[in-house]
Amino acid sequence: MVETQLRFRDDEPAGDPAVTVDSFGEQTNASAVRIEPGDDARVLLPHLDRIRLVEVNFPVFGDGRGYSAARILREAGYAGELRAVGDVLIDQLAFLRRCGFDSFAPEHPLNAADAEAALARYPEVYSPTVDGRPAIWAKRHGLA
Amino acid sequence: MYKYDSYDQAMVDARVAEFRDQVRRRLDGSLAEEQFRPLRLMNGLYLQLHAYMLRVAVPYGTLNSAQMTMLGDIADKYDRGYGHFTTRQNIQYNWIKLEEAPDILADLAKVEMHAIQTSGNCIRNTTSDQYAGAIADEVVDPRPYAELIRQWSTFHPEFSFLPRKFKMAVIASDTDRAAMRLHDIGIQIVRNDAGELGAAFYVGGGMGRTPMIAPCINAFVPIDQMITYSEACLRVYNRHGRRDNKYKARIKILVHELGKDEYTRQVEAEFAHLLTQNIEPPLAELERIKAQFADPPFEIALDETVDRSDPDFAVWLDNNVQVHKAPGYAIVTISLKPVGGIPGDASADQIRLMARLAKRYSFDELRVTHAQNIVLPHVRKADLHAVWQQLDEAGLGTPNLDKIGDIIACPGLDYCSLANARSIPVAQKISERFAGREQEIGELKLKISGCINACGHHHAGHIGILGVDRKGVENYQLLLGGSEGADTSLGTITGPGFNEEGIVDAVEKATSVYLANRQDGERFLDTYRRIGMAPFKDAIYAKDAV
Repeated sequence: MVETQLRFRDDEPAGDPAVTVDSFGEQTNASAVRIEPGDDARVLLPHLDRIRLVEVNFPVFGDGRGYSAARILREAGYAGELRAVGDVLIDQLAFLRRCGFDSFAPEHPLNAADAEAALARYPEVYSPTVDGRPAIWAKRHGLA
Repeated sequence: MYKYDSYDQAMVDARVAEFRDQVRRRLDGSLAEEQFRPLRLMNGLYLQLHAYMLRVAVPYGTLNSAQMTMLGDIADKYDRGYGHFTTRQNIQYNWIKLEEAPDILADLAKVEMHAIQTSGNCIRNTTSDQYAGAIADEVVDPRPYAELIRQWSTFHPEFSFLPRKFKMAVIASDTDRAAMRLHDIGIQIVRNDAGELGAAFYVGGGMGRTPMIAPCINAFVPIDQMITYSEACLRVYNRHGRRDNKYKARIKILVHELGKDEYTRQVEAEFAHLLTQNIEPPLAELERIKAQFADPPFEIALDETVDRSDPDFAVWLDNNVQVHKAPGYAIVTISLKPVGGIPGDASADQIRLMARLAKRYSFDELRVTHAQNIVLPHVRKADLHAVWQQLDEAGLGTPNLDKIGDIIACPGLDYCSLANARSIPVAQKISERFAGREQEIGELKLKISGCINACGHHHAGHIGILGVDRKGVENYQLLLGGSEGADTSLGTITGPGFNEEGIVDAVEKATSVYLANRQDGERFLDTYRRIGMAPFKDAIYAKDAV
């Protein structure tokens, strides 16, 4: 079990181990699920009220399917923990945060100072996502 | 043209700082090359055969003179005195040192430029019509829509690790001058019967080893939903595009394998969902951008006459000057294809000269074309002779726009680590072989790629040349009948390939067949389409030389 290095939530982490998307359908008491790149996040949507943790695995950082999976869950109102695991690197942190991830369990621990700098790098954003940050256009037109 | 506000400037400044930090971590070893690679690529920095290459974004091909001057100065300061304009309206430098790359980005940021997303598996620089804002046939100036896409796609958090690169083009004329249907997404801004503006979406085009012409998946997306629709197209691709094989990872393969109808169905479902997410910039933002693309203050009642008594000038006028929408003005295309030259290359001095001419004669504007030339979009007819004289003195007066010497070519094996064959020497030999006969042959678009990735657009050339590696020897295949634009078609291979001399001879034979068969007013392409491949093939592969 890889340790969660960064967490941006105040609640207690879920204690249950995450099960695969396939098993999740059968184990009606499971509260933690792990999404692999090929999984369809939308199959979880009917069950969001019982999920406390979704782990999204990045076997290689260049496979960006997990970004869409995360946003889809957040767009559907999922408010539990969304954890990026696997090949999670410094320079992907800001993008991951913007797609709704609020905890990170990188396979190889990240340099804490570099991670903090990367997350604080861009003061503004061009596009709205699910992280609540107003887009630059919203600021330009007094909508934020 | 578009002017950065403090938000835009802060974004590029932050990017410079970020990249400087990434280079520092790479140089001190804390970032492995395989981790650094996608980061530098997203800043347009490639490791080529001999050095790093930096590709600088020229959004929708539009530049002002201060930017163009900086591009010349960068060529002197960090490169060997040259810049190379590309088929995606960008510029690249071939002799860059990694340690200096952050300083180049800092210099670019001083003139509101950057290298963001000029490479990598992300949304690349958005291209457009090089005559935007100057040509009479457009519904509107397409560039504000391209700028809206630029901002939306810049650091898009969901779409920075796509299956493969992603290229978008925006036009607003029925005459397509941007090869729009050969893009991952091509958008044509249109007006419906009610007079409202909308975006026609063509998705899944591309060249490369599997060339495809994009089908239209939605003929009218309301203009205030264009970004949301783009997001839907991208999300379906990001989730379902193939990642098992990089040669099948472009969106064209997804659209092809799902079928246009099924892909469209999925996009429409995603679109319906995303409309609830309020991600579309308000029309006020489009208006803010549009205001910056307002026409320059064209003078009225200008003299329309041009003195054609200088015959060399008259030839250039007939080749490189187009009709402008404003009376008394003309659109000038500067050929970067001198006889025997490297297509798309310009020296630092030439770049700065073009900047000065733009400032003095073209309301401070230039354009880069996908055919690797430069446009001065708004020149008074009365100034044409003065402009031509100064260009000609600097080796920039070649009168060959859309002629056989106006060759598109990729950098090929002289620079590129992917190439199988050299492109530049073939381009040079062809332009030398046909020097002086270009006018007789008329419009003929010749395009050369040094490998099947097709950066030189060989599929879309009236004559296309593809360099391949045949048992360790460079070999060139000939294609005929390709075209971009409203009548987009893909070229057909004539047959067995040729060596370097042989391909030049084969091109000559093809042009001879055309000249012998053309009927009044026909271009090479028209004759080919009328008489078909057979006569060309017979001549090209005949045992006796023609």
